[in-house]
Amino acid sequence: MPDRVLEVKNLSVDIPLAEGVLHAVDDLNIHVDKGETLCIVGESGCGKSLTSLAIMDLLPKKAIRKLHQLDLAGTSILDYSEKQMSDIRGNKMGMIFQEPMTSLNPAFTIGNQMVETLQRHRNISGENAKKTALIMLEKVGITAADQRLKQYPHQLSGGLRQRVMIAMTLLCEPELIIADEPTTALDVTIQAQILLLLKELQSEYEMGLILITHDLGVVARIATRVAVMYAGQIVEEGTVQQIFENPMHPYTRGLMRCIPVPGKTKPGEPLGSIPGMVPSLIGEFTGCRFADRCSHATDTCRSLNVNLRAEEENTQAYRCIIDPKTMAKVA
Amino acid sequence: MLFYTLKRFGLASLVALTVSFISFGLLYLSSDPAIAMAGETASDADIEAIRKLYGFDRPILVQYFDWLQRAIGGDLGKSYYFRTNVSALIGERLPTTMMLGVSAITFAILFSVPLGVAAAIRPNSIIDRVALFLSVMGQALPSFWFALMLIVLLSVNMRLLPTSGSDTWLHFVMPTVVLGYYAAPAIMRLTRTGMLEVLSTDYIRTARAKGLRPVVVLFKHALRNAIIPVVSLAAVQFGFMLGGSIVVETIFALHGAGFLAWESITRNDLPTVQGLILVFSLFYIVLTFFADLLNAWLDPRIRIS
Repeated sequence: MPDRVLEVKNLSVDIPLAEGVLHAVDDLNIHVDKGETLCIVGESGCGKSLTSLAIMDLLPKKAIRKLHQLDLAGTSILDYSEKQMSDIRGNKMGMIFQEPMTSLNPAFTIGNQMVETLQRHRNISGENAKKTALIMLEKVGITAADQRLKQYPHQLSGGLRQRVMIAMTLLCEPELIIADEPTTALDVTIQAQILLLLKELQSEYEMGLILITHDLGVVARIATRVAVMYAGQIVEEGTVQQIFENPMHPYTRGLMRCIPVPGKTKPGEPLGSIPGMVPSLIGEFTGCRFADRCSHATDTCRSLNVNLRAEEENTQAYRCIIDPKTMAKVA
Repeated sequence: MLFYTLKRFGLASLVALTVSFISFGLLYLSSDPAIAMAGETASDADIEAIRKLYGFDRPILVQYFDWLQRAIGGDLGKSYYFRTNVSALIGERLPTTMMLGVSAITFAILFSVPLGVAAAIRPNSIIDRVALFLSVMGQALPSFWFALMLIVLLSVNMRLLPTSGSDTWLHFVMPTVVLGYYAAPAIMRLTRTGMLEVLSTDYIRTARAKGLRPVVVLFKHALRNAIIPVVSLAAVQFGFMLGGSIVVETIFALHGAGFLAWESITRNDLPTVQGLILVFSLFYIVLTFFADLLNAWLDPRIRIS
């Protein structure tokens, strides 16, 4: 087995509401190996962000996390206290958030916020911490880094702030980085730069990377493996080739039809869309969660809970009982 | 920062100038100052003589600049009642008021900021409820009643503190509590709201994701941002305490500037009232100026544009 950076087994996140319990994430298993990029894709509200926060143990107070296994670099951190977790956060695993504009504290300089991270986890002098921060800023492609250290977040553009966030996350050279839609809030040109940067740094530091996104274009460029999430569950998981070349789950197929393919999609031809809406996840749910939006759904789909399974050793796992051959005909 | 300071200073000076003009005009708004000075039994000739003597017959702007020049030099005219210099009179009363104001605002801040932070950390907890109860009480209790209750309890029954006067620091304990408690609810609620808001921001989540200790997250990252509006509020409250502590000063017989203001108003002692308004307004202006500087120091977005 290759070096496993992260192993998550049977993760559920429940949020008690006045109307009942919202099962936001349901029985989720993921793993990330060293140097590997796992992309978690899915539409808004499918539980991607909650999954990442659950791994970091940073869920909102009222959310209830259930887990059977949580290993980071071979060590179980499932029963870690809050204090032990805070020793790991920013040190062995780091997180990059969606909103670079608001993710840095406006009251402190970039240098201050970077140095405090290093000094929290390393026994290092302020002078040396500053030097390390400077090197890291240069590494993420920030020019005039020594001046940037003295600047405040509001003096930097969104793209620069996200680079600072990346540099800050990398300071302690973590084993795992979770990036929650790191490019969504940025200009398209900057998006590409940031992604490229993440990919370069990942291979340089041989980190495990979880990239959460709803942009399939991003997935195609950066992913090693892909997990497609729908309504709190992983509905399909496999390598990037498997998922893009031979999607098995109707939801994944629907997603693929939504992106234009150069040379294949004719000009003026309407892109695909998935009719209907995500079901409410409050209360107990029986049957396939995608059934109401699926053109192949049968009565069995609506009554049977299907597990994520692979047909053969080397194919992707998916959560559907429809024979792929009949699906291909209709689609 | 320098530019900002100069700009604020310029603004403060303009406000001070406006206030001084209004305070000067006060003398003319109420009545003819010559008549007021001459007294009820004076003849027309006497009034005319006084008008000439004090220069009330000159154009108003000339009189204003003349008055302003003297006011800057520290001469605020003579009190009608005490027949002494107004500036000396105020200077004599000011230390008591200052002492009361400083101790009351310190008490208010020390009481309400930690309580507000504690309430924000656990909203709807016991601490939050207690804090809410205390702040509703503080807002609703009339200070005169609260003061009298304290006197009954601590002075009359328990004989712990003196009832009135300003001889020792013990005399200031009850006035400080009464005046400070009156200002505390607003500061407490603002601290709580600010902290609640800041604690839900993305940068607090980042701070946690970096593994920072809860104390650092709370006091470095959160409080620093939440305290900014509190500074402005506390400055206004402090200004109010220096000028408006009339009730408290009267009950505890602290002969401060607030008490003097009340006396002078009842006696129609216009020069004293005028001088006090000028001094109180200047306090406000200076405090606001320093609060602005403090805010700029706390919030780099104000300092560096």
